[in-house]
Amino acid sequence: MDRLAPAAAFIVLIGVWEAACRFLAIPPYLLPAPSAIAAAGLKIPVTQWIGNIAATLRVALMGYAVSIIVSIPLAVALVSSRFLSRTLYPIIVIVQSTPIVAVAPIIVVTLGASDLPRIVITFLITFFPIVVSTVTGLMATPEELIELSRSLRAGRAREMLHIRLPFAVPFIFSALKISTTLAVIGAVVAEFVAAERGLGFFIMFSTSFFKIAQAFAGLAMLVALSLTLFRLCSIAQRWLVPWSLPKSER
Amino acid sequence: MKDRPQVIRFSDVEQTFGRRDGAAVTALEAVTFDIGRHEFLAVLGPSGCGKSTLLRLIAGLILPTRGTVTVNDMAVAGPRDEIGIVFQRPTLLPWFDVLGNVTFPLRHKYGRVTAADKTRASNLLALVGLSDFMSKRVDELSGGMQQRVAIARALLLDPDILLMDEPFSALDALTRDEMSFELLRIWSERPKTVVFITHSIPEAVLLADRIIVMTPRPGRVREVIDVPLPRPRSIATLSDQTFNALANHIRGELFSRLVA
Repeated sequence: MDRLAPAAAFIVLIGVWEAACRFLAIPPYLLPAPSAIAAAGLKIPVTQWIGNIAATLRVALMGYAVSIIVSIPLAVALVSSRFLSRTLYPIIVIVQSTPIVAVAPIIVVTLGASDLPRIVITFLITFFPIVVSTVTGLMATPEELIELSRSLRAGRAREMLHIRLPFAVPFIFSALKISTTLAVIGAVVAEFVAAERGLGFFIMFSTSFFKIAQAFAGLAMLVALSLTLFRLCSIAQRWLVPWSLPKSER
Repeated sequence: MKDRPQVIRFSDVEQTFGRRDGAAVTALEAVTFDIGRHEFLAVLGPSGCGKSTLLRLIAGLILPTRGTVTVNDMAVAGPRDEIGIVFQRPTLLPWFDVLGNVTFPLRHKYGRVTAADKTRASNLLALVGLSDFMSKRVDELSGGMQQRVAIARALLLDPDILLMDEPFSALDALTRDEMSFELLRIWSERPKTVVFITHSIPEAVLLADRIIVMTPRPGRVREVIDVPLPRPRSIATLSDQTFNALANHIRGELFSRLVA
């Protein structure tokens, strides 16, 4: 019964939406009915869907990978050195506070119209939660374990590798899950600014021709993509580091 | 106990810490005492009397602001191998199983664990009564069992000195009593110099050869009391006349009022 509840709720929501559109006569260019969205979606050839999904997915995954590769060592550096922490943290916060949507066109102008600016834009949206969560996790290591490490004279590197980083894993994964959705947003923002394909581009293209139902179909695909990536991240956590999940979720 | 070689020595040790608002806190003042080899010493006192600071000074995790702490006639300049520590919370690693947790000090210090190390660890687990739990995950164990694993972990490098910082205070009262007797059994099988921090008077009197009673603000040694109860100690000891007299005496010292 528990597992059917979300699916049932979803179906009810779709039903209410369809009914509202028909009985309240909502104009299709404002809010298309789910039946219209499905019809518009089916009209697009599968190859075109795959092409657009692949384009967005590629940029999202590359930006995501770069975020992880940069953020975790950065977090380790911030925790290891008070000097680095004091100098880098303000810069990181300023970068995060800058609305990426406003900076995106400038990035494209500076870096050209290839994949690079899109990856940079995606990175800028995705990296911050990973850095902050990793730092929090590294600092959350119980004091007794740090004292145990010091009493064994194992050295700071081993303390970080054997104790702090593993303790940070649950924190890192919670940020990784959040960042999957942000990576998709980043890829879409990049496509709005400069792209010839991808789901974001598809949506923009559809709305400019007033094909709103088609745009909604693209949106539905984006949501499905985001949810799939989020789910894959959870599965990865359960598969790679099952001990990091709370007991109730194992 | 004075005829034993003196393993740990405190000479007029003072420990002050700077507080965040700039004021200095004196955690320990004019602390002078000796601990003999294979002696079971309890350090008893209320919160804030500097018991944990004392432990960390022996462990070499902090250095005295004044005075000297010597272990085996060498001044303590940092952590050393002859000392094992058991903390208040077991703090085991959830990514290893029980055996992995016991062998962790070797893995952490030298980067590898040999088959001989694993044998040693499983012997220690047998000593603490957890042979059947070697491949269990940490969250499958109760608090008392986790603390036993922590004790086995502390014994892995075969230290001469075992420092225990209120190791049973996070356990429920029944488990606490059980663990006290377990500890005495383990100590009789593997004699070590034990420094046992507690805020429980009966626990101190049951376990120790000598008790150092401390008072807070600033942390000072109020009294050093011999515990002449015979070993091995048992449940019967708890109702012994000498036991009660000692416990009452200490209560009087700490609370400065008569106990009927």
